[in-house]
Amino acid sequence: MNRTLRRRYLRDRVMVGLVGLGTAAVLVPLFFILYYVLVQGIGALDLAFFTRPPAPPGETGGGMLPAIAGSLVVDTLALLMAAVFGVAAGVLLAEYPDHPLNPPLRLVVDVMAGLPAILMGLVAFALVVRPMGHFSGLSGSVALALLMIPIVTRATEGVLKLVPWELTEAGLALGLPRWRVIVNLVLPAARGGILTGLMLSLARGAGEAAPLLFTAFGNPYLTANPLEPMDTLPLKLYVYAISPYPDWHRQAWGAALLLAAAIMAASYLARRAFRR
Amino acid sequence: MSQPYRMETQNLSVYYGKHPGVRGVSLPVHDRRVTALIGPSGCGKTTFLRALNRMHDLTPGVRVEGRVLLDGEDVYAPGVDPVVVRRRVGMVFQRPTPFPTMSIFENVVAGLRLVGVRDRRVLGQAAERALRMAALWDEVKDRLHAPAVDLSGGQQQRLSIARALAVEPEVLLMDEPTSALDPISTQAIEDLLTELKNSVTIVIVTHNMQQAARVSDYTAFFLDGEMVEFDATDRLFTNPADPRTEAYITGRFG
Repeated sequence: MNRTLRRRYLRDRVMVGLVGLGTAAVLVPLFFILYYVLVQGIGALDLAFFTRPPAPPGETGGGMLPAIAGSLVVDTLALLMAAVFGVAAGVLLAEYPDHPLNPPLRLVVDVMAGLPAILMGLVAFALVVRPMGHFSGLSGSVALALLMIPIVTRATEGVLKLVPWELTEAGLALGLPRWRVIVNLVLPAARGGILTGLMLSLARGAGEAAPLLFTAFGNPYLTANPLEPMDTLPLKLYVYAISPYPDWHRQAWGAALLLAAAIMAASYLARRAFRR
Repeated sequence: MSQPYRMETQNLSVYYGKHPGVRGVSLPVHDRRVTALIGPSGCGKTTFLRALNRMHDLTPGVRVEGRVLLDGEDVYAPGVDPVVVRRRVGMVFQRPTPFPTMSIFENVVAGLRLVGVRDRRVLGQAAERALRMAALWDEVKDRLHAPAVDLSGGQQQRLSIARALAVEPEVLLMDEPTSALDPISTQAIEDLLTELKNSVTIVIVTHNMQQAARVSDYTAFFLDGEMVEFDATDRLFTNPADPRTEAYITGRFG
């Protein structure tokens, strides 16, 4: 074997090693976080955690039932809103590139994607909380939806652009109107990618506390009515984590573990949906 | 008023921006006959074909001038809905285009169902009729609800034809429908054309001169965006009037 070739093999091995190191640098902190959350949180996840309302400050025991229920309600509503507006905006961007609303819409989506999450809470406060006169789960959903819409829009636009133009032409050649072609041919062909986008946006929104601070606000009592103030897991995590009570700290770790598990499940489902 | 032709173009030009892809073509399309458009790559025959059912409408920067008469009425006249034009003038593309999320049956009746036909019996009959016309019925009748993408390429192309036929168009435009297919599937589709012309007027673009000679009644020869010659197929192939036509069909270029 000559020297040049040996040097190439050596360089190849060094490069592969560097890539491996970079991968490890990303993965190690991730596993550390997950491991730490698991170790700290697993002890808090007992039956009471899932079935009981919180205990008064300073007392031990109690659970997260209102926050779990609130997260389900607030996140579901947010996902519905994000799906409607996000998919619609994605369709406009991808399928009607010459529409006069297209450039301003693209600008708005880009700006929204870059805004700090807490600003979305402020907007929802002005749009929903002020007119209603009080905090509500619904206003929290609006705040989260504002955060999620750009994610859904971009995912929808991207995946719609991957649908072959021939499919649209085949539909038009049958004498179908354009909107029919989009609703019944193009969107179904792209549904896997759109579902992935929805799941990713849910994963993003479900973990946010900041936009909910002055919208959903929090509520120690169980309610399924989104017109009332509502608790969610990230809100509870935040409140408990900055409290002085050790038992609340313990439960905050439990909430963190539950959130991490739920978001990982959503990401996993998103990937599976895309593969199909 | 007598209408000698099913379709007719009068001085039709298609521009891509400023560049003319088709220049001043006047072509008659005889009722229930097969008209073939031949010519070398880039000669404008596909561009011309797509102008006949307004498929250029959605492509930015494409402008159509001149007239396309369907039963004597200009399909580009103001107030004419391109959707209505395309229902009467169907199209089959070069590559098979099965709708990927639908079954064989759903594909065939898509053009009916998506405009509101709900009656299962009507849909079932339309599907069988269209699949029989497209010579696909015997191959798929036992698996109508299987995914359309499971079919072979040749079957997918015949499915595309069946789907186009199910809405009962008066004219069927075919853009090199066999260029992506093997010889056996090509043969099946050519046989089909001979059957179809009893009920449908057909305009077919083809690269393949033998195919044009086999299946068509009239042939138009295109070159550089212009129609050089139009005649009955046997006359055009045996006794071309223009030396360029002769050069092309004798294989001296293209």
